[in-house]
Amino acid sequence: MQGKDSNRSGVTSFFTKLFRQQIFIPLAALVLLAVFNLIADPGFFKITLGYNSAGNPVLSGFLITILDSGSELAILAIGMTLVTAASGGQDISVGAAIAISGSVLLRVLCGTDPRPEQLQAPIIVAFLVSCLVAMLFGAFNGVLVAYFKIQPMIATLILYTAGRSIAAWINLNALPIVSEPSFTYFGEFIPGIPIPTPFFIAVACMIIIGLVLKFTNLRLYTQAVGINANSSRLNGLNPAFIKFISFVILGLCVAVVGLIKVSRISTINYSVIAKDIEMDAILAVALGGNPLGGGKFNMTASIIGAYVIQLLTTTLYKFNVQSDALPAYKAVVVIVLVVLSAPVVRDWISGLAKKSKVKGVA
Amino acid sequence: MSTSNKAGSFQDKMKNITDTNLLLTITIVVFFVMYIGAIIFLGAGFLKPQTFFNILNAQAALIILSCGMSLVMITGGIDISVGGTTALISMCCAVYLDFKGGNIFMAVVIALLIGLAFGLVQGFLVAYLDIQPFIVTLAGMFFARGMTTIVNTKPFNVENEVFVALKDTRVIVPGLGSVNKLGKYVNAYVEIGVIVALLVVILMFCMLRWSKLGRQFYAVGGNSQSALMLGINVKKVRFLAHLICGLLTGIGGFVYFLHVGSGSASHASGAEMNAIASSIIGGTMLTGGVGNIIGTFFGVLSLSTIQNIVSSSGRDEAWWTGITIAAMLCLFLVVQSVVMARKKGK
Amino acid sequence: MKDGAAMKKDNAVLRMRNIHKSFPGVKALQGVDFTLREGEVHALMGENGAGKSTLIKVLTGVYTKDEGDIFLEGNEGAVSIRSPQEAQRLGISTVYQEITLCPNLSVAENMYIGRTRGPVQNWKKMNADTDKILQSLDIPAKASQQLASCSIAVQQMVAIARAVDMDCKVLILDEPTSSLDEQEVAKLFKLMRDLKAKGVGIIFVTHFLDQVYEICDRITVMRDGGLVGEFEIKDLPRVQLVSKMLGKELDDLSDIQGEYRTYDKREDEAPVLEAEGLVSDAGIKPFDFHISKGEVNGFTGLLGSGRSECVRAIFGADKVTGGTVKKNGKPVKISRPIDAMRNGIGYLPEDRKIDGIVGDLSVRDNIILAQQVLKGFFKPFSKAEANKFAEEYIKLLSIKTASADTPIKSLSGGNQQKVILARWLLTHPEYLILDEPTRGIDVGTKVDIQKLVLKLASEGMSVTFISSELDEMLRTCSRLIVMRDRKMVGELREEDLNQTKVMNTIAGGDK
Repeated sequence: MQGKDSNRSGVTSFFTKLFRQQIFIPLAALVLLAVFNLIADPGFFKITLGYNSAGNPVLSGFLITILDSGSELAILAIGMTLVTAASGGQDISVGAAIAISGSVLLRVLCGTDPRPEQLQAPIIVAFLVSCLVAMLFGAFNGVLVAYFKIQPMIATLILYTAGRSIAAWINLNALPIVSEPSFTYFGEFIPGIPIPTPFFIAVACMIIIGLVLKFTNLRLYTQAVGINANSSRLNGLNPAFIKFISFVILGLCVAVVGLIKVSRISTINYSVIAKDIEMDAILAVALGGNPLGGGKFNMTASIIGAYVIQLLTTTLYKFNVQSDALPAYKAVVVIVLVVLSAPVVRDWISGLAKKSKVKGVA
Repeated sequence: MSTSNKAGSFQDKMKNITDTNLLLTITIVVFFVMYIGAIIFLGAGFLKPQTFFNILNAQAALIILSCGMSLVMITGGIDISVGGTTALISMCCAVYLDFKGGNIFMAVVIALLIGLAFGLVQGFLVAYLDIQPFIVTLAGMFFARGMTTIVNTKPFNVENEVFVALKDTRVIVPGLGSVNKLGKYVNAYVEIGVIVALLVVILMFCMLRWSKLGRQFYAVGGNSQSALMLGINVKKVRFLAHLICGLLTGIGGFVYFLHVGSGSASHASGAEMNAIASSIIGGTMLTGGVGNIIGTFFGVLSLSTIQNIVSSSGRDEAWWTGITIAAMLCLFLVVQSVVMARKKGK
Repeated sequence: MKDGAAMKKDNAVLRMRNIHKSFPGVKALQGVDFTLREGEVHALMGENGAGKSTLIKVLTGVYTKDEGDIFLEGNEGAVSIRSPQEAQRLGISTVYQEITLCPNLSVAENMYIGRTRGPVQNWKKMNADTDKILQSLDIPAKASQQLASCSIAVQQMVAIARAVDMDCKVLILDEPTSSLDEQEVAKLFKLMRDLKAKGVGIIFVTHFLDQVYEICDRITVMRDGGLVGEFEIKDLPRVQLVSKMLGKELDDLSDIQGEYRTYDKREDEAPVLEAEGLVSDAGIKPFDFHISKGEVNGFTGLLGSGRSECVRAIFGADKVTGGTVKKNGKPVKISRPIDAMRNGIGYLPEDRKIDGIVGDLSVRDNIILAQQVLKGFFKPFSKAEANKFAEEYIKLLSIKTASADTPIKSLSGGNQQKVILARWLLTHPEYLILDEPTRGIDVGTKVDIQKLVLKLASEGMSVTFISSELDEMLRTCSRLIVMRDRKMVGELREEDLNQTKVMNTIAGGDK
């Protein structure tokens, strides 16, 4: 009897602990969606091994799609989480910035000729240049936010508008095509490895950010600035610079995603590439349970959040929802999330819970 | 001595001018300078009255949307769903008129209802649940865009006869006109949408200037805490701002639909951006409390004049428009931010 | 009913009886009585945490009282005030220190917005009415002017004009003069006298003693949430007022000096830090300052006298606009907090919530923050190190927290303060500035902190200690720098270190 009791309380305390964990939110969403798919059509989880046109072994299936596309999102979520935590706002220009960095990448690779026989520069050089440019644009956003004190979303609205135009301008509206097969490795498959490369790139980014968070004070500084900029300054930090840096880091993430995106199709479509990805990235951060008003963050939760968003997208696709209609569904998810996390609503709910408790006692 | 006195009185005048009027003056001057510049550098085409009225014809919807945007911005908020809502309205009206053979009045009602619904929900979330307006309206924008595709995927032209007749109605502007290439005198004309837009501008201007509610929008935007202490129902005012903005989006959406005469998911893309840019160029402060509908009107005209200059100066590649708008927006934003910072410093 | 009758007898417009108000963990008001007569200016005095702002907030409906009654002239029985709007309707108007008008609107609009009926704004009539009122009150502003273009004093007066025009019987002025210069204050006082003549009862909250004696008729003094007394101005000389505000009674701590007080000649040693002509943009007059190894000195003066601004300037927390600083005889440049930290200075800020704690972070992160920043971005403490530091200081300062992982915001005020103290002790500063470390915390912790200060000094640390409670300062400091009206007005040491002398210096000469 006693054993049972203690056992039960142990279980409850385990669950209360789990509920309190931030990571519970994305995990619960993950399980919910997975179960839904399992009931609706277990075929969702089927993975098949096939061969692509080049004769390399590739895995395919919905799960692989999630792993593939979700990885881009996960990389963006890393940067977006930092920006959100430090500045208390979100960067809505990431889609446009990806277009720019992709365009720069192609410009360096192809030179002025949109259909070059061979690459004009090594891929690594092109990538580094695109990183630099993306970080510069991140810095532009960062300066507006940190030093001119413009709200992040408004400040990034500028690049959101101009970004795709700038991207088109970089290549004078031409659509360069890379014929070099090795360029496709980044967005598709490396010969002999049946798992899509973006997943490996994402893992590499996760390891890097993990190491950075472990071996530097990025987490402490960012959180301190996001929670209380005043107090941070009195403890010797430079809040403006830390906000600025978070945008530059996001720029780096953008460049990596730009590489993957361009590599997938070996060319670019300025108005379509990474369209609406900002929404997904913000959603990943929110689903990860991170407060959109800044402060504490949980990187793992954001990354899981990113894959859950992709799972949601893929599930919707599977039910024949058109890609252009997707935003409507996601918007509903966003609204539900922000409404539930709004302090007013939380107070109301906790008030309600208390009342019902009192009633129960009475 | 006398010069210093003069300078003093000028400074006094500058000191006594309200922020709203100062920014309005700047906007109007900027517009005329730009328009004169266009006439000088790009030739007499800009002198023809019809060139000016064509700008109005093309931008009537944007003028209405910008009025709503300015109102929300004056209260210190923002609404980036207006473009998406416009597309949704166009599509819904198009489907209703063409597939269902509906009548034009019901189409107007549909447009207004959609606009109001967006204003209602967004206003409630922003004002009463205290959620950041940007997040709310960003979701609104994506929702509207997604819904547009769900309503109908493919773009199509509306062939409803009454509608087409209305769309092609030209209102002659008396006393203005020019001689065309064939040597014939042609009267200048505007579309019906322009009349609606001008009515909206006048109504909104009067509301903001001479109604108590209008002044409360300014009070809430200027300092919501103070406004509360002064006995203003801040939540209600915020809610009303979004509601009116929604209504104006409904009107603007229909005017847009009337101008383009088709439904498409890609309609009015970036319209929210243009509306924000117009408001800011027109002297509405992002931080709230300062703005003027006349300024917004000139802001729209400035914006489209710039676009005209860009496209008729040989740079007709589409990307220049986006870049110019963003550059202007950036410039005005930074100027505002510097002005505010200096004010605080004082 | 009885009170109602009493009111008529002594011309009272407002009578507050036995007001109680408590917040979680704090008894902010304990049975306070307050009476305001018709046509008088009544000063409400008290140091930080005395409860005067709570009393005012109860009166203006921002807080609801737990107990007690409020009687207003012209109302049968006790009135209940549940919101600022309701207070206004009852004729209680408030002008706050921060101006609660809309700077982007015109003067006239600020006068009338939110309190007139009808949908249409009649500018002509409104401007004409406003000009009339401005003229009658002799306020140098035009109705059509944008409020932001008026000086702060005029804005303040417009706020008063609005209150007056609403036919208020009770006008509360909550530190209206803190940002005004002498001429502006004179204008404000003239306005107050006019209102007085019209029979308005004015409650005047200020921390400038000169002003109290210039304009007020009676004084009510509060301390620690309780009423000290109500006095006619002529019966209460300055020194007595100061002593009543600060509280004279010695408590059970009188013996702690004996244990540690070993400063005697410390002052003669070479100074650890010297500042000359230091001035910041926070509005203090240039000041000189020095402190020796192992010395404990303090800035004293009433709230708003500039004591916090001085130490903020030393730490580089405000923008330093002039002066030189020497550290151990060598000139150093301190323009940002990090410069001060690198020079071995620590600073516990006055406002714990805004400047001190990083609310959502754990106790551990809050403790290591400053030391971590000093150590550098690329050298984070390992989890074990951080835990060791946290545990060490949690034990050393007996911080009551569930664990080192608990977010600091869920701790009590006193324990939060100890965490901030731990943060700076961990950096092992040569010179530690403590600005109001004992504010808003329980008595036990207060004693702990004072003992700690003396112990640190005996180990060679230099400490500047600021407190609103004179007893604490006298017990801990060997030298007191006295501030009045943002100026250094005196320095007291050795035999001068007694209550009478300090209070006399704070109060300035009786005029």
